[in-house]
Amino acid sequence: MKTLRDTWLVYSRSMKLNLKQPVWLIVMLVQPLYFLFLFAPLLEGMDGQPGFEEGAMETFVPGLIIMMALFGSAFVGFGLIAELRQGVIERMRVTPVSRIALMLGRTLASVTTTLFQSLALVLLAALTGKLEIYWPGVFLMLVIVLLTSFMLAGLSLGLAIVLKSEDAMGPVINTLVQPIMLISGIMLPMVMAPQWLQNVADFNPFYYAVQASRDLFAGHLDTAAVWQAPVILGALAIVLVWWATRKFARAVA
Amino acid sequence: MLIETKGLKKVFKSRGKAVEAVRGVDLSVKEGEIFGLLGPNGAGKTTTMRMLSTLIEPTEGQVSVCGHDLASDPAAVRRDIGYVGQEGGTWGEVTAREELIMQGRLYGMSKKQSSARAEEVLESFQLSEFAGRTVKTYSGGQKRRLDIALGIMHQPKILFLDEPTTGLDPQSRAHMWDEVRSLRERGTAIFLTTHYLDEADALCDRLAIIDNGEIVTEGTPLELKKEVAGDVVAIGLTGNAADAADLLRPKDFIREIEAGEADPTTEVAILRMYVDDGAAALPELLRLLDGAAKDGADIAIASIELHRPSLDDVFLKQTGRSLREEN
Repeated sequence: MKTLRDTWLVYSRSMKLNLKQPVWLIVMLVQPLYFLFLFAPLLEGMDGQPGFEEGAMETFVPGLIIMMALFGSAFVGFGLIAELRQGVIERMRVTPVSRIALMLGRTLASVTTTLFQSLALVLLAALTGKLEIYWPGVFLMLVIVLLTSFMLAGLSLGLAIVLKSEDAMGPVINTLVQPIMLISGIMLPMVMAPQWLQNVADFNPFYYAVQASRDLFAGHLDTAAVWQAPVILGALAIVLVWWATRKFARAVA
Repeated sequence: MLIETKGLKKVFKSRGKAVEAVRGVDLSVKEGEIFGLLGPNGAGKTTTMRMLSTLIEPTEGQVSVCGHDLASDPAAVRRDIGYVGQEGGTWGEVTAREELIMQGRLYGMSKKQSSARAEEVLESFQLSEFAGRTVKTYSGGQKRRLDIALGIMHQPKILFLDEPTTGLDPQSRAHMWDEVRSLRERGTAIFLTTHYLDEADALCDRLAIIDNGEIVTEGTPLELKKEVAGDVVAIGLTGNAADAADLLRPKDFIREIEAGEADPTTEVAILRMYVDDGAAALPELLRLLDGAAKDGADIAIASIELHRPSLDDVFLKQTGRSLREEN
């Protein structure tokens, strides 16, 4: 009970801070919009080709949403570094607040904004009129988005405590996220890749996330990726959030 | 006793090397007193305070805080203490009122209780006027007041203040002292760290001097200064200061004397002595040194100073170094 209440307190504080900086929420939407309007048209001719059997946009948009979850969550640690430096985390750690709540509240706030951005992106994509949307699939896809965001927010917050500096944080996150994104099939489906690269992608949890999103988006609820993705992402999320909570409990600026 | 520690130790491991930051500290803090931990930077003040306030785990030692064992029940300790770190604890887009209410709620208060208490605290720290403004618009003094207000939202039995006046202008500093004293009047004990001699002297009921991770002495400022018996005379000399010290050492009215190193630029060495009656000793000292110079000794007086013992003299006597120079 106490953990739930404390998590809610930390969550509502984080959300309030997010809402005070609405610019951020919009900025995070701008990048996927660039891709939607400046990159997606390049794929139009791919309709029906291998990997694009469901249509070019129907394939690209779900991947784009995972990409947004990826970048939106991977950088939440930046805000934490400032709070760490200003003694905010230390002050909260001296209160009897539940240790896991300090971590979970912030993670869930990041998940919430990512979910809203995902919905906004789907709506904007729908307005272009170039893709068919299967709404039940979209809502199931949000579960994948939630897990992706949860896991990466945990990782990012944990890293922030370990690195303690924005200067170190930027390169580390970029180095981690770039290859993950490239071999997840977000830009182009992995069926176009040579065999060795496909083998590497099999070890990338986000490859499954992208696959599952596409399947759900298209209304295929019974593919392997649809159950593989939540299992893999869920397990990783638990491990990373547990790790970050331990880091949180010992964080000293 | 609010706080009692026995053999408190902290060893940090950095790059495979063990660094002993705190090496066996024994201290006790009584209810309702302002207790100060005075020492130079890097002496182990902050590390000690962080251990007592549950932020880091001690490597060794027995600690009881407000009747709870620190190692086995840190949660109980947290309920009874308040803590204000060096960096404060507020930032950016939040307002004082929001942050105070949140703080109360983190201590388990209901929304209503916390709101009422926040108004009370805002009032008593003269923050009501700015309570709805974001913290980033606050001056240094206002921000510091908010930091302390956050620390006492839940009416702790003891409040930890880590270097409470570092970086404040003289006026805000004086206000802070008044603030700390009035907290004591209302029954909250204070545990503070400082490297300011005047702060330790003027503000603390009792203090411990820490150097190199060890407590070198403990007592009221008056008791500590009395340890340094008599008055302090410091004579600046050019020439052979060691000879001058040898000349004066046998005299009855000089309790202790030592010659410092000569300053490389001015070539002046400080001859420091503790005497029974400074005012009477000065003419005698001048006569002796002058006489010796006339007899051909390589001694010339550059300056002379007489003062009552300060905490710096206490520190100097215990460690052989001056806190003033360290800072």
